[in-house]
Amino acid sequence: MTATLGTDTVLEVDGLTVDIRTHDGTVRAVDGVGFSARRGETLALLGESGCGKSMTARAVVGLLEPVVDVTAGSVLLDGVDLVTADDRTRRALAGPGIAIVFQDALTALNPVYPVGTQLAEPFRIHRGMSRRDARREAIALMERVGIPEPQVRVDAYPHQFSGGMRQRLLIAMAVALSPTVLLADEPTTALDVTVQAQIMTLLRDLRAEHRMAVVLITHDLALVAEEADRVAIMYAGTVVETGPVGEVFASPRHPYSKGLLDSVPEHVRPGEPLRSIGGAPPDLADVPAGCVYQDRCPLVRDRCRASRPPLDETGPGRAAACFYSSEVSDG
Amino acid sequence: MGEQPLLEVRDLSKSFTVRGGKVRALDGVGLELARGETLGLVGESGCGKSTLARHLLMLERPDAGTVRFDGTDPFALSGKELFDWRRRVQMVFQDPYDSLNARMTAGEIVAEPWRTHRTMYRTARERAARVRELLHLVGLRPSDADRHLQEFSGGQRQRLGIARALALDPDVVVCDEPVSALDLSVQAQVLNLLAELQRELGVSYVFISHDLSVVRHVADRVVVMYLGRIVESGTTEEVFERPQHPYTAALMSAAPSLDRSSARERIVLEGEIPSPLNPPSGCRFRTRCWKATDICVTEAPPRLDDGAGHAAECHHPLVPGPEALARVP
Repeated sequence: MTATLGTDTVLEVDGLTVDIRTHDGTVRAVDGVGFSARRGETLALLGESGCGKSMTARAVVGLLEPVVDVTAGSVLLDGVDLVTADDRTRRALAGPGIAIVFQDALTALNPVYPVGTQLAEPFRIHRGMSRRDARREAIALMERVGIPEPQVRVDAYPHQFSGGMRQRLLIAMAVALSPTVLLADEPTTALDVTVQAQIMTLLRDLRAEHRMAVVLITHDLALVAEEADRVAIMYAGTVVETGPVGEVFASPRHPYSKGLLDSVPEHVRPGEPLRSIGGAPPDLADVPAGCVYQDRCPLVRDRCRASRPPLDETGPGRAAACFYSSEVSDG
Repeated sequence: MGEQPLLEVRDLSKSFTVRGGKVRALDGVGLELARGETLGLVGESGCGKSTLARHLLMLERPDAGTVRFDGTDPFALSGKELFDWRRRVQMVFQDPYDSLNARMTAGEIVAEPWRTHRTMYRTARERAARVRELLHLVGLRPSDADRHLQEFSGGQRQRLGIARALALDPDVVVCDEPVSALDLSVQAQVLNLLAELQRELGVSYVFISHDLSVVRHVADRVVVMYLGRIVESGTTEEVFERPQHPYTAALMSAAPSLDRSSARERIVLEGEIPSPLNPPSGCRFRTRCWKATDICVTEAPPRLDDGAGHAAECHHPLVPGPEALARVP
């Protein structure tokens, strides 16, 4: 990690706030989230279900359901704010600027078209290629992501591929136009571990080839430890801690980060009780005033219930949203 | 293990006829489970671990092989005797959202098994009392009995699933990925509960999981499956510390670990599991194995054993020398 990386920031998310309109009123799913991603590095958005990490990813790429709105904040991709950009600008950037790989490859691919047609689409739309040229590019892409016999398989349909191969196809589609930023939303969660290892190797190689910034959205701490350079840990729609993975995992500065790391079975001798975090995350429709983690926090004090701690710097490149971050010990 | 195992499976085979041929889901599988023991069942999708679990639950009949449960062959039983046997093996499912009826109250969910096994608790009063006991046992409040399912979180739902499995006082509980749908911080609570219940009740677990760090934590012994066969088995420590089968080693190497300091060389396997419709000749793992030679194509691998319960099926086991497993004729 060198200081020069700072100049390579290609994605800068600031104060991102996302509201869902429901019958019972508005639910704030993402509340002032900020992070940045740099060329050639992997940033992990880490959190448990319902923390808002996927919603953040969808808001960044502009793929929100009609009842979901970005109500504040900015998403700067190479200086262009995707939140305020018009549809034309956004469409032009979807693919060459920013792309996303989803978890479930079977629903993300269109079942009624051959995969070759779908892989050729970015080349047809963005580069205006002929069918024949685009098909050639599609075959080259399939070859690159490790699909055997691409010349034949190009005419096959998504259901004719295994889960791992479908994930490769999705990755191929996402990197077709060498995006500046690639978001990967739980890209290996549905896969077996030996296939997961293959997919992560592929993503790493592609990241280097295209010098992409990769934003890896996941709940898997071990995956973050192995794949990411920096991490932003999310809880109840907010980022509670961020910094280089090695440092954050070795000495967390937010009680939630620490609780999460302590829950990992790997850190406990077999047969001994595992540590866990008591309670459950707050209902997003009813997040308490003050700190989002107050109800489960061992360090909670009156101040935490009165006002929300900002994400303050705790060291070079590190920040935590806790008034008592210096007390979150390693013991 | 001096005493007779509670559960003993020998040479279990099962094929399913599908369009395009026959799938040999299990091909000569054998295992033992002692009372109060946890056996980890590890393998990737399609390896046959769920089919094996279904046999243990007596939901499938094997084509060949024997199952001995407490000295008796459950598949030889019929009628009332079989019915009584079924009570003794219960299951906890992966998804606590799909596997519990959302229209029922917690109390109804836990009491539901008694609607089939009517003789266990004869009066409504007995049943209600036992429901409260069971809820307390799994760390819920007895007053939760009247609450509806949607009022419970994922972790609480899985506690209900466990209470339901325990309602029939089983000897064995098959846990099929019991924590993989849960968040990490909740996962720990449920794993601790399972361990406590085992200490209190002496129940045995067959613990199916893809998460090796979880299996390592909970299991006394581990069985590794690949394409319908058990390729390695032994105590958890032996198998994790000294894997003999290349597949076991690859599986462990592929699983991500928090410990970044150990600059280990990762084994990334090529390809994917071959179709069980047409498994490779000789050793089934040879198409992905970096140690495979000609003999792996032509001959099924021998069974190797260290005499103390660590066994593997491989022509080229990973640890040669004094710690090597001996060939079993």
